[in-house]
Amino acid sequence: MSTLEVRDLTVEFGQRGGTPLRAVDGLSMTLREGQTLALVGESGSGKSTVVRALSRLLRPAAGQILIDDERVGRRGSGLRAYRRRVQPIFQDPYASLNPMHDIRHHLARPIQLSRAHLGGHLTGTELDGAVSDLLRSVNLTPPEEVARKHPHELSGGQRQRVAIARALGTGPDVLLADEPVSMLDVSIRLEILNLLDALKRDRNLAMLYVTHDLATARHFSTEIMVMYRGEIVERGPSDEVILSPAHPYTQLLAAAAPDPTAPRAEQAAARRARQAARGPKTAPAAERRETALDQGCRFRARCPHAMEICRTRPPDLQVTSGHLARCWLYKASGPAVA
Amino acid sequence: MSDVVLRAEHVSVEYAGPRPVRAVRDVTLELRRGEVLGIAGESGCGKSTLAYALARMLRPPAGLTGGSVRFRGRDGAEVEVTALAGEDLRAFRWTRVSMVFQSAMNALNPVTSVGRQFRDIFQDHAPQLDGSAIDRRSRELLEMVNIDPGRVRSFPHELSGGMRQRVAIAMALALDPEVVIMDEPTTALDVVVQQEILDEIERLRAELGFSVIFITHDLSLLLEISDTLAVMYAGKIVELAPTEVVASAPAHPYTLGLLRSFPDMRGARRELRGIPGTPPDLRQAIGGCAFAPRCDYAFEPCATVLPERSGQAACHLHNPALRAGGPPPQLSGGRAALREAEGTR
Repeated sequence: MSTLEVRDLTVEFGQRGGTPLRAVDGLSMTLREGQTLALVGESGSGKSTVVRALSRLLRPAAGQILIDDERVGRRGSGLRAYRRRVQPIFQDPYASLNPMHDIRHHLARPIQLSRAHLGGHLTGTELDGAVSDLLRSVNLTPPEEVARKHPHELSGGQRQRVAIARALGTGPDVLLADEPVSMLDVSIRLEILNLLDALKRDRNLAMLYVTHDLATARHFSTEIMVMYRGEIVERGPSDEVILSPAHPYTQLLAAAAPDPTAPRAEQAAARRARQAARGPKTAPAAERRETALDQGCRFRARCPHAMEICRTRPPDLQVTSGHLARCWLYKASGPAVA
Repeated sequence: MSDVVLRAEHVSVEYAGPRPVRAVRDVTLELRRGEVLGIAGESGCGKSTLAYALARMLRPPAGLTGGSVRFRGRDGAEVEVTALAGEDLRAFRWTRVSMVFQSAMNALNPVTSVGRQFRDIFQDHAPQLDGSAIDRRSRELLEMVNIDPGRVRSFPHELSGGMRQRVAIAMALALDPEVVIMDEPTTALDVVVQQEILDEIERLRAELGFSVIFITHDLSLLLEISDTLAVMYAGKIVELAPTEVVASAPAHPYTLGLLRSFPDMRGARRELRGIPGTPPDLRQAIGGCAFAPRCDYAFEPCATVLPERSGQAACHLHNPALRAGGPPPQLSGGRAALREAEGTR
C-alpha cells in the first residue's frame, strides 16, 4: 500500500522589502493508491505551488512529505528515489517538451535514469522496446513512428500523451496532474482524462488532479479539496462537495461554472440578478478582494454571509461525516474530529 | 432584429506555401444587428482565421482567396469590406469593426501604460480630440468596464488577468464600433472571472447595441451567451442555427460529439468519451465530408460527396435523397430523443 502523505505543508515566496508571501498555508492531505484526489480553486489560489512542492521542484518553508510513512530525503539518493516515485504532469504540453529533441529522447531519459539505480543501462534495442511500450500505454501508435517525431509534429493532445508517457517512464506510484487538459480542446479533454483514469486503475497509482473545472473534478475523483488563497477551505467526497457545496467560496465556484443544460431565459435572468447584486461600482470591490487579510477568514471580503466572528480564522468544521468546511457557518455542527 | 450588419458570402482563406493550407473554405454567414453570433470549433478549424478575414486583419502568408464581406452601418452606409484599401481600410478598421484578441494577457503592450495605449487609438482614429479629451474618454471607458479610472497610469503587469481582459474590451469599444469580434476572450481566465466578463459583455451590448462575433472552442460557453451558433469543422461551417435549436436538437454528428464532450456538473455520472481522432490536414484536398473519418454515423456517400448545408447542418444524414430512412434518432431532434437514445446505448 503506497501512499503519499502531506502534513502542514507551507510554501513561502520571498518578496522584495516585505514579509514573504505565503502561497500554501498548512496544507495536509493523503493520496492513496488507486484513488484520485482533486484539488480545485481559481487562478492564484496556490494549486500549482502545491504540485511544485510535492515534486520537490521548490523547497517548502515548513511541513512534512511522507511516502509510505518515510520522510523524503533532502538531497542525494533519497530525493532521487522520491522523484522516481512521484512524477508531475504539467499544464502546457507546448512548453513542457523540448522542441530540439525527438520523442524517443524525451522518453528514453526517464527510463534510463530509473534503471540506473537498479544497476545497468538498457541497450539500444531494449530501450527502443521500452519506449514503444510507453507510447503504446498512452495509445500513441504506431510507436516506432511517433518516437522519431519532434514535438512540433504532434497535436496538443498527442503532446500531452507524450508528457504522460514520460511521467510513467520512471514507474511512479504517484502522479501529480497539474491542469493536464486546460490547454487542450474540449473535444479531446475527455480522452486524456479517461486515459489518466485508466492508467490509475491499471497501475494502481495515487493521483492528484489539479483543476479549476468542477465538472471534471467531480467525474474523475473520489474526493475533492477546494483551495482558496493557500488554504483548503472545503474537503469531502466528490459528489457531496459539488452537489451540495458547503463553503461560500465553493458555492461561488459552482454557481460560476457554465451550465449548458439550463434554459437560456433562466440564464439571462441569473445574469441580470448578478449584475444587480454587484452594483454599479464594483471596481473597488474587485480590487479589495485582492488585498491581503492577515487574520480572520480570507474569503470574508467576498463572502455574502460575512459575520463578526469571521474576523477570527475559522477551524475546519464538520458539515457531514467526512465533509469539512473551514467556515463559521458550520459552527453549530461542532469542530471536526482530528 | 432582421437588420443585417455584416454578411459574408463564400469566403475562403488560404495560407500560402508550397502546399497551401485551405484554412477557411467557402463560408457564408450573416450577423444581425445587436446579436451575439457564436463560432465554435476545435483548434485549427479556421475560426480565428475567419474572424481575421471578416475584420480585414489577415496578414501574409494568409490571404483571402475568394468571397465577399459586406458591412451595413447604422447610418445605412454600405461598405464592401473586401474591396477596401489604404486609408479607407484604416478608417474602417476599429471604427466599424474592432477586435478583442485571444489572451489579452499578451495583447497589451507591456512597456507602456494603459492610458498611453488608449491615446494611440485616439490619435490614429480620432485626431480631432485633444489631450484632455482623450484622457477624459479613456477614463470613461475604463469606468464603463468597471475598472478604477485611475488605472490609466497602470502598466499591464500591474493588472490581474481579468482586469487586462476588461481593458482589452474597453479598447475595442473605444470608437463605438458596430461589430466587436471576440477571439477566445475568456480562455485564459478562471470560471469566476470568466462569468464576470461574460456578464460585462452582455451588459455593454445591451447598453451600446453592438453586435458580437464570439469565437471559442468551449461550446458550453456559447450555449450560454450566443443567440445564433455556428459550428466550424475543417474550415467549413457544418451547422448553423439559433442557439436553443443547436442545444436541444443538434443536427450534425460533430455538434452532437461536442455537446457530449463536457461532463454535466450536476447530472448523473455517465461514461464520457469526447470525439476520438484528429481533424484532417487542411493542406490536402478533402473529398467528401471532412468529418467522415471520425463520424459514428458515416455511410457510403460521406467519403466522396461533399455535403452542402441546406437548413441547419451540412450532413448527408439529413438528405432524403441519400438516406431514405431519415437521420438516426440522436440527430433527429429533441433533447428527449437524445436522452432516450443514450439510455438504451
